[in-house]
Amino acid sequence: MDSALLSLLAAFLLSLIGLLVFIWSLRKGLLFENPRAAATIFAPGEIGKADDPALDDQAAKRLQEAITASHGSEPQAEDPDEIKDRIAADRSSAFPVFMFISFGCMWLILGATAGLISSLKLHWPDFLVSEAWMTFGRMRTVHLIAVLYGWITNVGLGIIIWLLPRLLRTPLKGPMWVMLGGTFINIGIASSIGAIGSGWSDGMEYLEIPWQIGLFIQAGMVCIIGSVFYTLFHRKAHELYVSVWYHIAALLWISLLFTVGKLPGVHFGVQQAMTNWWYGHNVLGLWFTPIALGAIYYFLPKTIGRRVRSYNLSLLGFWTLAFFYAQVGGHHLVGGPVPGWLITLSIVQSMMMIIPVVAFSVNMAGTMWGRMRLALYSPTLRFMMFGGFMYLLSSVQGSFEALRSIQQVAHFTHFTVAHAHLGAYGFVSMVLFGAIYFMMPRVLHWEWPYPKLISLHFWLASIGILIYFVFLSWGGWLQGLAMLDTTREFMDSVRLTIPYLEWRSVGGGLMWLSHVIFVGHLLVMILRFGPNRTGEALFAPEKMKLEMMHGK
Amino acid sequence: MENEAKLTAGAITTFGIAVAALVVLPYIQVRDIQPPEGLKPYTSAELRGREIYVANGCLYCHTQQPRDRSFAPDFDRGWGRVTTPGDYYYDKPHLLGSMRTGPDLMNIGVRQPSMDWHLGHLYQPRAYVPDSTMPSYPYMFEVKDQAEDDEIIVKLPPKFVPSGKVVVARPEAVDLVKYLRSLDRSYPILPPDPQNAGKKDR
Repeated sequence: MDSALLSLLAAFLLSLIGLLVFIWSLRKGLLFENPRAAATIFAPGEIGKADDPALDDQAAKRLQEAITASHGSEPQAEDPDEIKDRIAADRSSAFPVFMFISFGCMWLILGATAGLISSLKLHWPDFLVSEAWMTFGRMRTVHLIAVLYGWITNVGLGIIIWLLPRLLRTPLKGPMWVMLGGTFINIGIASSIGAIGSGWSDGMEYLEIPWQIGLFIQAGMVCIIGSVFYTLFHRKAHELYVSVWYHIAALLWISLLFTVGKLPGVHFGVQQAMTNWWYGHNVLGLWFTPIALGAIYYFLPKTIGRRVRSYNLSLLGFWTLAFFYAQVGGHHLVGGPVPGWLITLSIVQSMMMIIPVVAFSVNMAGTMWGRMRLALYSPTLRFMMFGGFMYLLSSVQGSFEALRSIQQVAHFTHFTVAHAHLGAYGFVSMVLFGAIYFMMPRVLHWEWPYPKLISLHFWLASIGILIYFVFLSWGGWLQGLAMLDTTREFMDSVRLTIPYLEWRSVGGGLMWLSHVIFVGHLLVMILRFGPNRTGEALFAPEKMKLEMMHGK
Repeated sequence: MENEAKLTAGAITTFGIAVAALVVLPYIQVRDIQPPEGLKPYTSAELRGREIYVANGCLYCHTQQPRDRSFAPDFDRGWGRVTTPGDYYYDKPHLLGSMRTGPDLMNIGVRQPSMDWHLGHLYQPRAYVPDSTMPSYPYMFEVKDQAEDDEIIVKLPPKFVPSGKVVVARPEAVDLVKYLRSLDRSYPILPPDPQNAGKKDR
């Protein structure tokens, strides 16, 4: 082994020890469990109580019965003070959250449509080619910006803004700043989409947004972070719950990431490529993943009225994710013209990612153990469980995909695209859907009008992503094998993917349909059509009584 | 965890380590690289063409990074030798790419130097490669009754020309092809592979 590799290994071990010491320092006793901290999300007496606002009264009763059967105890009375805090928290965040979710859903429809068109273009190359903005290279990028920055980022911010006041037991401080920030961000997204459509792009994957427009997004994030930290300093809750760690850290990470990635005039040549992929992977690892994990850590235990199994495990999961995930980006350049040590470092860290993933999965499996069938009763839970499972699947796949031997085949093929969708859709987007189904009745004081549509959405989306993932991975792998085989001409690798790409469009079509149903359902709810009314005005303070009923 | 200061400091530290390792160190390592002797800077027409390449997202289907022979048969496909950081000296933004829906283009100027072929291929890829899935780019061309004196007529296989008309290239198509023809990293370079460079020290 040469000296470079040895010193790398030494630095790696040293930082690993440092990380463990750090985690240990955060705990009074790493070996003792901390059920009090894990119960932060419940008011006294709330444990054992079902909570899924997406359900109507009868369905909620059925969920409660199922939970009671598995816990064997009746729920106790609630502490009025804590519930009051939560109602105040919910009211303070309602309008900003409503804004983020609405923007997110709008971009989802646009992004999914652009994605479906791009998918069709890959097997119908002469479909929609007459205008420049329709071409694959732009349509695909519009899809990416709209779903990653428009959909996931907006809804992610909505979840953060909704959860933090609840978890910190304090109303959101400076909601106007959050709204201003949200406005800046969405101006940025809309302008980026316009810019890409007209051919103005910074030309790097995931970093296409021209840096001049990026300034809007930066300004928006600063407004939001300011308000979030102000709320954090004024909190009433003593313990910071797991979701708070993930969400606060995620906000800091994405702002710093975007700043470093977009620094104009600094990056050049292959160094720019390294920064590009370091950013590209981190936007998933340090922004989307912590948003979704934080959401699961809240919504899953909350729905079934049961504490997270092990608080210590979540601490380990969080800090190992923070440490390892930030360094995995280099594996995207395997075989490329970049220093070998960098790729080796990224591959090592990719494999180390198994630690946080297993910590999370064991924790959630422990929480759900013996209660899996509760998913039959609660749509929120169903989306969360699906998302959590896809996190395990996509992360383990990702860790192994980073290995040189697997990259040799999978690199530069549709296999990678399938993997990205498993993460961004199967995991993150499904969690976002579940969170929206939980949050919106609280935000709007209105029930979901047609519960059956929630199930339809779930099945269309999950079958869609399954078809998408299986066929595209399969086709991508064959494509990779064909490219490695010198006896076959390059065009073979193009021809053989066609049937798989057609199936991908079928899966994508189902996903698109599910989004139309979902957003349509949300519109019906916002406009107060349909049956099942339980409340009236959007944000009227005199509806306090109704909110008491629904503010759990 | 009860302390927001520890949370913030910890999150920024782990992030800082990653920036140091994956952004700053590579920056220091490749900062002083000089362009190889055989590499010429892009002309202004080529740079305009490069912008067209970026604007239309060519990089989402074409890489510009032939890999080492021990790793993939890129050389045997005629895509050229493995590239080194110096080969990208004038590339801003980098266009390494991440997909090979189409072939690598780092040496397309060597492989296919014909202006006519490129223009025709951009107008309708399936006129030259029947099963190609590359989009056609009709918006970079004009279909006319007659070409002006200074316009470049695209020479297509007869059945792809609209009857009684001529297809002429707009300036963006010409610039793009000039850029594609400039893609040539066939000059010799030492050491041939940066990733194996460390092995020689042993």
